[in-house]
Amino acid sequence: MERSARTPVEIEEQVDGDLGSKRMIVNFGPQHPATHGTLRSIIQLEGETVKSMDLEIGYLHTGFEKLGEFRSWNQGVTISDRMNYLSPLCNNIGLSVACEGLMGIEITPRCAAIRVILYELARLADHIIMVGLQAMDLGAFSVMLWAFIEREKMYDVFEAVTGARLTTSYTRVGGLFRDVPHDFEEQVRKLMGECLRTIQEMEGMLNENRIFRDRTIGVNTISKADAISFGLTGPLLRACGVPYDIRKSQPYCGYEQYDFEIAVEQEGDVWARYRIRVKEMYESLKIIDQALKNLPDGPINVDAPEVIIPKKDSHNHPTGGMEGLIYHFKNYMHGHGVQPPVGEYYRGTESPNGELGFYLVSDGTMRPWRWRVRPPSLYTFQAFPTMCAGQTISDVVSGLSSLNIIAGELDR
Amino acid sequence: MGLESWLPEGALTTRVEEVVNWGRKNSLYPMPFGVACCAIEMMSTLTSRYDLARFGAEAIRFSPRQSDLMIVSGRISLKMMPVLAKIWEQMPEPKWCISMGACASCGGIFDTYALVQGVDRFIPVDVYVPGCPPRPESLIDAVLKIQELVEKEKLDAHVR
Amino acid sequence: MTPVDLQQRAIAHIQSRFSDAFRRTDAHQGQHWVEVERSAIVAVLRSLRDDLGFDVLMDLTCVDWLGKETPERYSMVYQLFSFEHRQYFRVKCWLPADDLEVDSASAIWKSAPWAEREVWDMFGVRFRGLDDHRRLLTPVDYTGHPLRKDYPLIGHGERSNFPHYVK
Repeated sequence: MERSARTPVEIEEQVDGDLGSKRMIVNFGPQHPATHGTLRSIIQLEGETVKSMDLEIGYLHTGFEKLGEFRSWNQGVTISDRMNYLSPLCNNIGLSVACEGLMGIEITPRCAAIRVILYELARLADHIIMVGLQAMDLGAFSVMLWAFIEREKMYDVFEAVTGARLTTSYTRVGGLFRDVPHDFEEQVRKLMGECLRTIQEMEGMLNENRIFRDRTIGVNTISKADAISFGLTGPLLRACGVPYDIRKSQPYCGYEQYDFEIAVEQEGDVWARYRIRVKEMYESLKIIDQALKNLPDGPINVDAPEVIIPKKDSHNHPTGGMEGLIYHFKNYMHGHGVQPPVGEYYRGTESPNGELGFYLVSDGTMRPWRWRVRPPSLYTFQAFPTMCAGQTISDVVSGLSSLNIIAGELDR
Repeated sequence: MGLESWLPEGALTTRVEEVVNWGRKNSLYPMPFGVACCAIEMMSTLTSRYDLARFGAEAIRFSPRQSDLMIVSGRISLKMMPVLAKIWEQMPEPKWCISMGACASCGGIFDTYALVQGVDRFIPVDVYVPGCPPRPESLIDAVLKIQELVEKEKLDAHVR
Repeated sequence: MTPVDLQQRAIAHIQSRFSDAFRRTDAHQGQHWVEVERSAIVAVLRSLRDDLGFDVLMDLTCVDWLGKETPERYSMVYQLFSFEHRQYFRVKCWLPADDLEVDSASAIWKSAPWAEREVWDMFGVRFRGLDDHRRLLTPVDYTGHPLRKDYPLIGHGERSNFPHYVK
């Protein structure tokens, strides 16, 4: 594939200079029904074949990393919600796992199990909507409506547990905001039953569908070497035959106790990614089932008063309520609060997109010195022109919908 | 008495303004300018559970030339503001705008260098919906308020 | 190979192969890193990829240490990962504020270009050998590098600088 030109103006000059050429420039985005978010591609076409592609991002750049330096360690979780807005709980849990790693805190077993259940529910929500949107882009509108019904049921569960449908801000350093309601297991089991039936219906609609198969098999293929060099992770990497899943290789929140398989395919095309997402949804249901069966009792927050405020009448403090009151004060006063030791830490978690990593640098104060997010979408989108080389313009749409690019995470 | 007694059965008389406004308010064509998290709640509003089609706003059009209600859902950054302005210019009159969510209304939780602190600084907004993100019921309430606004308009409200 | 072994192997490898570029090594909560001279950074990264099997550049970023007692003001941070051994490793190099330039890693990994464009955008670090040196996230005509510590959070007024449309 030819190297893409520098700017749209330069592309124009390249084309105009060759009078009588059949090249055409198509601007795809940033406001377009088929771009999932504010992404812009400037595609140079010859007939219907893509000759080169120039990408432009930054239409949702908010300054998260700068804002993270002005918020305390616990306030950062509110910013993390807004990054991958299809599965905000995954971002919350990823950030907390990184903060706890930086501070060397071990969370309680109950907290770990609840985090796993919510993480997998968020993964289900993300994958089901991605399959729905992928189907909608290729014409199967009903599949998207079915996906949204299931997502609404998951929103009900999230709302009962965290208080909000989308921007949950549920985790804290060392624990969670609050415990789950008493009918949590009942709600989740009901949801799991209905979700299973819907996923089977969606598969029945799409798996043997001639149109879906023709538009996804062999489309947007990427080789294994390219995928590794581009830093792809998650379903896209597993579609190329690399069986890498952070939940198995560097487990967090007790993932090593659960029995599940990693979905791997070999072709590296859109069809392989779709098969992997469907398989991961089934595996998520398995994990949630195991976690619910073995949900341990006990506290959800770590018993470390510098990090988590103790109850005001806590029995841990022999001097009665006074020490508890002092810890409350110190945790909330400006200049105090959660203060990690000086150092830095990088922790990646297996979000539905890929490896969502947080690189946190602490200088010992209540605010981070550097709050860096490693967004999986950035590296995925960077590989997109390579995947589209020589394909037709309709393959571009099909491929873009399979990448699971979230502009909030891409641009931060 | 009067004109009504001469008309055949089934004919009504009214003012042109009322008929025009009744037609406009019950068939708003929203253009979802979906940008960030609020776009997901807007998609929830448009799908089965919180069906916006019940209120006539079913035919969502992504082309500004064919729509009359722009729903700005999400945080508008420096790069996106010219795009938003261009799309607003391309929409033909009559047009209305809902600013959905805290970020579009006032910058939200992001008081940073990269975000426009409220789209109403640059384009005229009719209804603001608070929330981060607002619940689908709030968005439906906003569309109903737009319908009330449309109902009360004069015929020459959108003539320049 | 247990996790710490590969990190120790990498540190020993750099200490022996690049002894004049090696500055120091440190660790926090089990994660080790190495600081090298910026003139040798690309050679070190290439050697880590080819000889030790760190086949992925997971992340590339920069930290501004204004006001802290550090050798220089900026540090470039490279997160490497090895699929075979499932282990991370970090490499850093220091950049002085008056000479913010370093060689680009885009010849080694294809994941480097956009990360480097973002570092240019946010910090103002120039990369020698990077083909496409445009800004990534801020507009084309933006001046200033937002993530520097002396840049205010609310910016310099760019966010209010648009034409106003009257109904």
